[in-house]
Amino acid sequence: MNTLIETKDLTRILREAVPVALVRDVSLSIGEREFVAVTGPSGSGKSSLLYLLGLLDRPTDGTVTIRGRDTALMDEDERAAMRLVNIGFVFQFHFLLPEFTARENVEIPMRKLRHLGRNEMRQRASDLLAALGLADHLDKRPDQLSGGQRQRVAVARALANDPPLILADEPTGSLDSQSSEQVFMILEKLVREQGKTVIAVTHDLEMASRMDRRLHLIDGRLTMGAATGDFRSTHEP
Amino acid sequence: MRLIFDIALTHISGRGRQTIVAMLGVAVGVGFSIAMAALMQGGQDDFVRQLVDTMPHVQVTDEHRTARRQPAEDLFDAAAISGLRPRDDRRGIINPTAALSWIGGWIPGRFAATLKSQGVMRYSGQEVGAVVIGIDPQAEPSVSPIIGDFKAGSFAALAAGGNNVVIGDTMASRLGAKLGDTITAVSSEGLSRRFKIVGLFHTGTTARDEGETYVLQKNAQILSARPNAINEINIKLDNPNAAPTVARRIEAELGYKAVAWQEANESILEALVVRNVIMYTVVAAIMLVAGFGIFNIISTITHEKARDIAIMKSLGFTEADMRVLFVLEGVAIATAGTLLGWALGFTMVYALSLVHFEISTTGREMTRLPIAWSTLHYLIAAAFALGTAAVAGYLPARRAARANPVDIIRGAA
Ligand SMILES: Nc1ncnc2c1ncn2[C@@H]1O[C@H](COP(=O)(O)OP(=O)(O)O)[C@@H](O)[C@H]1O
Ligand SMILES: [Mg+2]
Repeated sequence: MNTLIETKDLTRILREAVPVALVRDVSLSIGEREFVAVTGPSGSGKSSLLYLLGLLDRPTDGTVTIRGRDTALMDEDERAAMRLVNIGFVFQFHFLLPEFTARENVEIPMRKLRHLGRNEMRQRASDLLAALGLADHLDKRPDQLSGGQRQRVAVARALANDPPLILADEPTGSLDSQSSEQVFMILEKLVREQGKTVIAVTHDLEMASRMDRRLHLIDGRLTMGAATGDFRSTHEP
Repeated sequence: MRLIFDIALTHISGRGRQTIVAMLGVAVGVGFSIAMAALMQGGQDDFVRQLVDTMPHVQVTDEHRTARRQPAEDLFDAAAISGLRPRDDRRGIINPTAALSWIGGWIPGRFAATLKSQGVMRYSGQEVGAVVIGIDPQAEPSVSPIIGDFKAGSFAALAAGGNNVVIGDTMASRLGAKLGDTITAVSSEGLSRRFKIVGLFHTGTTARDEGETYVLQKNAQILSARPNAINEINIKLDNPNAAPTVARRIEAELGYKAVAWQEANESILEALVVRNVIMYTVVAAIMLVAGFGIFNIISTITHEKARDIAIMKSLGFTEADMRVLFVLEGVAIATAGTLLGWALGFTMVYALSLVHFEISTTGREMTRLPIAWSTLHYLIAAAFALGTAAVAGYLPARRAARANPVDIIRGAA
């Protein structure tokens, strides 16, 4: 299996009056087509780890390597370009731009990247939304959609530029169980059918158990799941 | 870019009322700047035009700028003589015929020679001090500042036989004389001569209307006992801006003081520059106020949209994209404001151009405000507005673009 993203001794310390270690010495390697759960108690650094993996935050120490490229050497613009092409984020809260319709929101990353023509972008946005069961909601603005629908639009937006890596921070955290299940199945299908790598933070151990692999964090340290094939999620900590 | 523009539009239309206030701020600033510039420029143009119209463009007098070199200075190296004043030469400009024909040979314009002297006008016991100006009735009209101001008669009437004079209406009323009456002129030499009034003028300048009298050159020469003398040459040029060059050449050749109108009015022209500096300072101040409005709204939007900025950065937008976004919003508001301000400015200038008012108590002199119509004013106001808006947008934009998206995403979740 090809490695997609790798970290070595990844550490993020907040330099406050009393320094706070968000993530400590995390070394891991995640391959293509992996469906990875990140678990741990609240405040254990799951979100912090995800921000580092997604190049939204810079580590205090250690490295993140994506597709063989060391991101520590990149400037902000290169990191932004990397996010645009290789990474799709889904957050707990949908974070759609409120003034734009579902389709327009999905088009935004494509319009930024500009690999497609105007009509192709429209078509792709419609297709992505339709595949997530939103064919009837293309022209609705976020405030006209339910929580589950918004989250699916956010997933479609994350997929807009067809990135190999999807990072999801408690994507079902604010949804009812039915919507949660729906979004979970969508993420699972991305891995199984489209060959994406999905790394998702979740509190739901039942969900985590249905994923390929589980990274467990306590106080910013990885306690299991460092390498591919390590600790399958069937092994409880 | 189109995408950034679309996003910018949603931001400003989402703050409709504040956008309109900021836009009106710019519009009022641009409008008033244009109106003020039109008035100030108009006043200035009008003023300079009057200067150029009423003054000789170059005036050559029988004076020298420096005292003649003294024989002692020629003889002894060590001799230094100070405190000398150039002497009044009763002969006026030496060799006037040669001087005039030399000037006539190359000057791009018209000229006339006069003899000016001091005197007194008398009529039925009244006496008024006067400048007696001896003119050539053929040449004078082409350079005279009063040619358009005759109420009765003309310069040509001077040559109509007999001894004739043209005087201002104020002098006439002070003397109690009217057209056709015969008044007595007495020169500073004590000579007197009787003249019939064949012309009256009213220029609106009291010194002229009360003090200037025009007679034939020959009569002026007789009256002041200076046969064939002239002491002033007035020149009107086709291009008034050439006056300094022409004056320098005449002075170099003839040795007499030749003053261009720009030199004669140097302090006034300098005051006009100061006026313009003041005007642009006021325009800048008005725009600064308008800039606060824009700064205010862009700051508000960057705070309100902090979450959207974070999410856009997470999607792969750069900090530069975010800066462009908010600068664009500021500039878009300023552009709308500028267009509105142009319309406002045009309307105000048009309205001002319709204003009539009366200066003289007799109600005779109806005057319009001097207005300059210039596209430059519109462009300058727009440049000020857009420049201010770019800065006013850039400051909050830079801050917002730098913010760490992680802090915002954490806070918003
Ligand atoms: N800006 C901050 N200042 C102080 N503490 C912070 C800051 N950001 C996060 N933390 C703390 O760092 C720890 C890790 O946070 P986080 O990565 O969000 O954990 P998780 O996602 O696992 O709940 C938490 O204890 C959190 O309170
Ligand atoms: Mg978290």
